[in-house]
Amino acid sequence: MRDALLQLTLYLAAVLGFAAAFGPYMARVYEGRSGATGRVLGPMERLLYRLCGVDPEQPMDWKAYAGAVLTFNFLGVLLVYAFERLQGSLPLNPQGLSAVAGHTAFNAAASFASNTNWQSYGGETTLSYLTQMAAMTVQNFVSAATGMAVLAALTRGLASRETTQLGNFWADLVRGTLYMLLPLSTLLALALVSQGVVQTFRPSAKVELLDPVAYEVDGRKQSASEQAIPLGPVASQVAIKQLGTNGGGYYNVNSAHPLENPTPLSNFLELWAILALPAACCMMFGVMVRDRRQGWALLAAMIVIFVPLFLICAYAEQGGNPALTALGASPGGNMEGKEVRFGVASSALWACATTAASNGSVNAMHDSFMPLGGLPPLFLMQLGEVIFGGVGSGLYGMLVFVVVAVFVAGLMVGRTPEYLGKKIEPFEMQMASLVVLIPAFLVLLPTAVAVVTRARASMSNPSAHGFSEVLYAFSSMGNNNGSAFAGLNANTPFYNVLGGVVMLISRYWIIVPVLAMAGSLARKKLVPPGEGTLPTHTPLFVCLLVAVVLIVGALTFVPALALGPVVEHLLMAGAS
Amino acid sequence: MRILLAQLRPALLMLLALTALTGFVYPALMTGLAQLVFPKEANGSMVAADGHERGSALIGQSFTGQRYFWARPSATGPFPYNAAASSGSNLGPANPALTDAVKGRLEALRKAHGEGSAPVPLDLVTASASGLDPHITPEAARYQVARIARARGLAVEEVLSAVERHTQRRTLGLLGEARVNVLTLNLALDAIPGKLRQ
Repeated sequence: MRDALLQLTLYLAAVLGFAAAFGPYMARVYEGRSGATGRVLGPMERLLYRLCGVDPEQPMDWKAYAGAVLTFNFLGVLLVYAFERLQGSLPLNPQGLSAVAGHTAFNAAASFASNTNWQSYGGETTLSYLTQMAAMTVQNFVSAATGMAVLAALTRGLASRETTQLGNFWADLVRGTLYMLLPLSTLLALALVSQGVVQTFRPSAKVELLDPVAYEVDGRKQSASEQAIPLGPVASQVAIKQLGTNGGGYYNVNSAHPLENPTPLSNFLELWAILALPAACCMMFGVMVRDRRQGWALLAAMIVIFVPLFLICAYAEQGGNPALTALGASPGGNMEGKEVRFGVASSALWACATTAASNGSVNAMHDSFMPLGGLPPLFLMQLGEVIFGGVGSGLYGMLVFVVVAVFVAGLMVGRTPEYLGKKIEPFEMQMASLVVLIPAFLVLLPTAVAVVTRARASMSNPSAHGFSEVLYAFSSMGNNNGSAFAGLNANTPFYNVLGGVVMLISRYWIIVPVLAMAGSLARKKLVPPGEGTLPTHTPLFVCLLVAVVLIVGALTFVPALALGPVVEHLLMAGAS
Repeated sequence: MRILLAQLRPALLMLLALTALTGFVYPALMTGLAQLVFPKEANGSMVAADGHERGSALIGQSFTGQRYFWARPSATGPFPYNAAASSGSNLGPANPALTDAVKGRLEALRKAHGEGSAPVPLDLVTASASGLDPHITPEAARYQVARIARARGLAVEEVLSAVERHTQRRTLGLLGEARVNVLTLNLALDAIPGKLRQ
């Protein structure tokens, strides 16, 4: 556990240090003051506006803003779908891959546009270089920029007074992409290439094996004397998939693949990138509402939930699998589904970071985690992706919980609740309830349907673990995470279509009420803080917020968790 | 609906413009830079012996011969270490298929190494996440040293020192784990002239 604690400390220091420096810069960019980077990239920004006939100074009310978000994202889904279906007749397809099946293509398009990046396909066997670049990489950028734009709009709603305007979506989209995501991705991609992540347009490299492999297919003896090393423009995609909390891997096994994540250092950089921007969003929020303590308080609440869940995961994984030790394997951490270069501590830290944020990339196979090792990632997703969460989306989700928390506190003392000087009234609470309750339906209903129908056949592990696979799948899609208990055969029409719909609802059903709430908050007067105002930057409020998040999550999901990982743990403990 | 239609033109143009920028200019630029600054790494960190490319230093290969260090079990199909289709086993910790597989691997390893009931290093009996793990732990390498020395007619010390040379430590003494690259180690052994014994 010493390793786990040391790594955690180093990790949080790197994430928080970056957040403190980058958050204020993000706030300046969204306020239209991009400084030194603006002098370099400003011409590009203005060119984009001119090409698209957009006036960045033209403010939008919440309906226009939401309309722009939805239209842009809808077209994004269509474009990804088109690339997937037509890739067979398009260039940059050195492996000669054919069109992606319709239901798989729909699922992937919904998945990448909604910043989920659930993948029911294996990248190296399904997508051409062109589809990876022009469809998937693009959505990695713009879905992240969309999340940050919606956060900026909500923040403006809180920070401004008596207006209907929330800013211009096109300006927010372009600025997020150009001034934040692109420069960071460029630096990270280069650093990753230095470690051995590939970046090339050459086709797979064929090599002769030192020791040919004999194997059997259907009882017929076969032999393989060659290995085809899959290449491609990987680093450019991996950098943004980590930074933009996307998580969709270039290869089937994501960041467990040695060409996607070759060394402990590349692992640390990719891990850092998972939480870097979600944490920086909190700092940006503090600056934009002109009270940095508010940002720190939100970040503190996230850390308070994250750290204990990580420690449970690391403890369970480092304890190892007693069933294997009993057979005579040396004692040690649970190494099934893990890579030697990362080991147990780095894999557990990744598993918790990727599910706390709605990233969903993996560097180890969560399906093979110990029952109590897999539980924290599952629960972190079920909390609604607000513990860091997606870039932008995590914080706007958390701000909805803040509204619920101040409302609960208001009920306790019998006062109209307020947050940052804005009165929280029935309309805000209605919107907050929509946001908080919808993921529960999106997770539990499809899980129930899947386990009572023939979709059960997709489970790859028996008994309680099979149930966990299904619960994990819909917890992931229903909260736009994207990680998986990958044994589940999700590439079926049932999972692809239902999952695609779940991901779209989960993303846009939340964005619309959040923007409506932003519009309503923007119109309100600012109430000066009085005697009875609950300060929202104190440890007391952090505790209240943590309690609200945990209670909503636990009330909704503990029964389902009891049927999955908890039963499995008890059965294993009973057997040994 | 009117609100959506009003945004259709800027949405379409913006999507196309950003596709050009982030989907073509950015990956092309990164490829150019990567090929210029890190040409070896950007093309798969290939390793050569006798002028031929024998693999990628980052992608494991399957070894079953007595003269070679064996890698970890791999769950790729249809044959182990199929680099074209990475995959883990995704077996749950309580799945009988996992315990059966591990039991079989333990027996085979004990038969080949004849060490009675000494515990077998865990990484040699568990499948990696990618199915392409290029590394084993130093313990797993030492476990196999005597067999390889015997098969190649080399002194145990000579093989041990080759293992030592191919061992990488943890980064900053903290990140990741110590590891031995199986492919480069086996290539190095093949380069040592020794009395070959069948």
